[in-house]
Amino acid sequence: MKPDPSVDLNGLRFPHPVLSASGCLATGHDVPALVEVHRLGGVVTRSLTFGPSRGWPTPRTAETSAGLLSAVGLQNPGVLDFIERDLPRLAKANVPIVASVAGSSLSEYVDVTSAMHLKPGVVAMEVCVSSADDEREGEPFYARPERLVEVVGAVARMSRVPVFAKLPPLIPGLVEVAHQCVRAGAFGLTLVDAVPALAVDASRLRTRTATPVGGLSGPAVKPIALAAVYQVARALPDVPVMGVGGITTGEDAVEFLLAGAWAVQVGTALLIDPTAHVEIARGIMDYLGEKGFASPNDLRGRLRVGAGGNGSG
Amino acid sequence: MRRVRAEVLNARQIGAYRSITIVAPEVAEKVRPGQFVSVAMPSGRTFLLRRQFSIHQASRRGGWAGTLEFVFDPRGPGTTWLAEVRAHQFLDVIGPLGKAFAYPAKLSNCLLVAEEHGCAPIYFLGQELRTRGKRVDLLVGAETEELVFKPIEGKRLSQTIVIATADGSLGEAGSVLDHLPQVVEATGAQVIYAAGRRPMLRRISEFCAERNIPSQIAVEEEMACGIGLCFSCTVPVIRKDGSGYDNLRACVDGPVFNPARILWDRWLGEEPLVTVTPPEGFPVVKAWPG
Repeated sequence: MKPDPSVDLNGLRFPHPVLSASGCLATGHDVPALVEVHRLGGVVTRSLTFGPSRGWPTPRTAETSAGLLSAVGLQNPGVLDFIERDLPRLAKANVPIVASVAGSSLSEYVDVTSAMHLKPGVVAMEVCVSSADDEREGEPFYARPERLVEVVGAVARMSRVPVFAKLPPLIPGLVEVAHQCVRAGAFGLTLVDAVPALAVDASRLRTRTATPVGGLSGPAVKPIALAAVYQVARALPDVPVMGVGGITTGEDAVEFLLAGAWAVQVGTALLIDPTAHVEIARGIMDYLGEKGFASPNDLRGRLRVGAGGNGSG
Repeated sequence: MRRVRAEVLNARQIGAYRSITIVAPEVAEKVRPGQFVSVAMPSGRTFLLRRQFSIHQASRRGGWAGTLEFVFDPRGPGTTWLAEVRAHQFLDVIGPLGKAFAYPAKLSNCLLVAEEHGCAPIYFLGQELRTRGKRVDLLVGAETEELVFKPIEGKRLSQTIVIATADGSLGEAGSVLDHLPQVVEATGAQVIYAAGRRPMLRRISEFCAERNIPSQIAVEEEMACGIGLCFSCTVPVIRKDGSGYDNLRACVDGPVFNPARILWDRWLGEEPLVTVTPPEGFPVVKAWPG
């Protein structure tokens, strides 16, 4: 029997479990045809603020060992321009759209949510909590758990579609914060946001990005992301988790599904291979076929604790 | 924009630089000077991102025979790996990418300025301008003689060429900027094209603004994806109507820009980052000479 690629996240369905992660797919109207958006399981938009945002100065990215350090800021056209110019192009690809919402105040998050949540094609919202909080002198919302949960709650109260809280991995008490997000109204969790990181150019005595501390992505962060997914999914087995962090191959994606993710997102891999999602989705299906599973969601909870040697060569 | 699995026809050393020619008819057919290609790195290494290279030559000998050449200076892990690539290996290539140089419709005397392997796209431009009946003069610079890119080729495709080396080991001593005023005078340059690093481009931009000479520059920006997905390679560019500026992606809105529209202080990080609009407003920049 051929496995069915579709996934069901407590009623929220995607044609297959591989979505594009936020910020890795241009803006919308400008996505190159090379990417084949229609073959994604879903699209998570760039993080949208209410007005346009220019983002941070350059250099904005640096390649690190098996990773990509990004300090792009939230460059985006603002939610209203996005709705006019970008959303129609994404909607035309006929894939579920998850709108990533950002802001510098609670009211901005709510305004963006109210502009986006009922737009055609939008099936869910994802809350980006790494933007700078105006009330806290620019410290990111995730720096204080109670503030993070407050933002997630505000978006969840406004939104009529499911809300995912995207959490960075290294916050204290991650599992507890995830639980609080759910109690505040989050439908699910996206794990993990980019890992705070720094790259240094010793020869010039300078940081390699103009905004020193950025977010690390790519294969380097995969084990960190897997741990976050595993811990949260074990504690909250009924809450949909989207796994993200360094997924490059079908096997990587399967690891996340085994660790407890209900779907996955691909970011850095798309920047390198614009059709990475196609290969990753195929790799998941091959794995399901080989192992005799009927659906990607059948992998959840199948992870056994390693014992008796690794057999690695 | 196409993605192709391209066979390496030829990989060779050109002076201090490495050159790779690939068979890519679908890309070669369409490519114009100033555009670039993006080359994937091998999987399973610690360096992940594609590398971007300006096109140095394109041969469009019809159908299957179309080839492309790009030139690089092996410095980091990616270009060091690429320097080991040999003929008949295959590369994952995306191209042509970016906006090309525009040709002047009426003006004739074109001065092309570049340093080191920044000459690669500039020589390609020189050829194309020549076939359009334009006068091409070159001002080429490098640290030392060894780093001057293909001086004989430069001589061949230009009316006049001035070579400037910092140590005076070839041609004139000094930088291209030291010689720019005399060369403009001597050649009667009506249009200036340049490629290279930001400080040189900035000085050329200022020079062209003072003299009211239309110019175009190709920026060398570090890109992560090269196809507009990631917003790494942005350049602050004033809107045409002077109503403000936008951070435009060098990979899709460049790498060729009108330097008069770049906010240089902001781009080079030499002003406080909170300023938004200068009190006198942004200039409205005249269109490229039609």
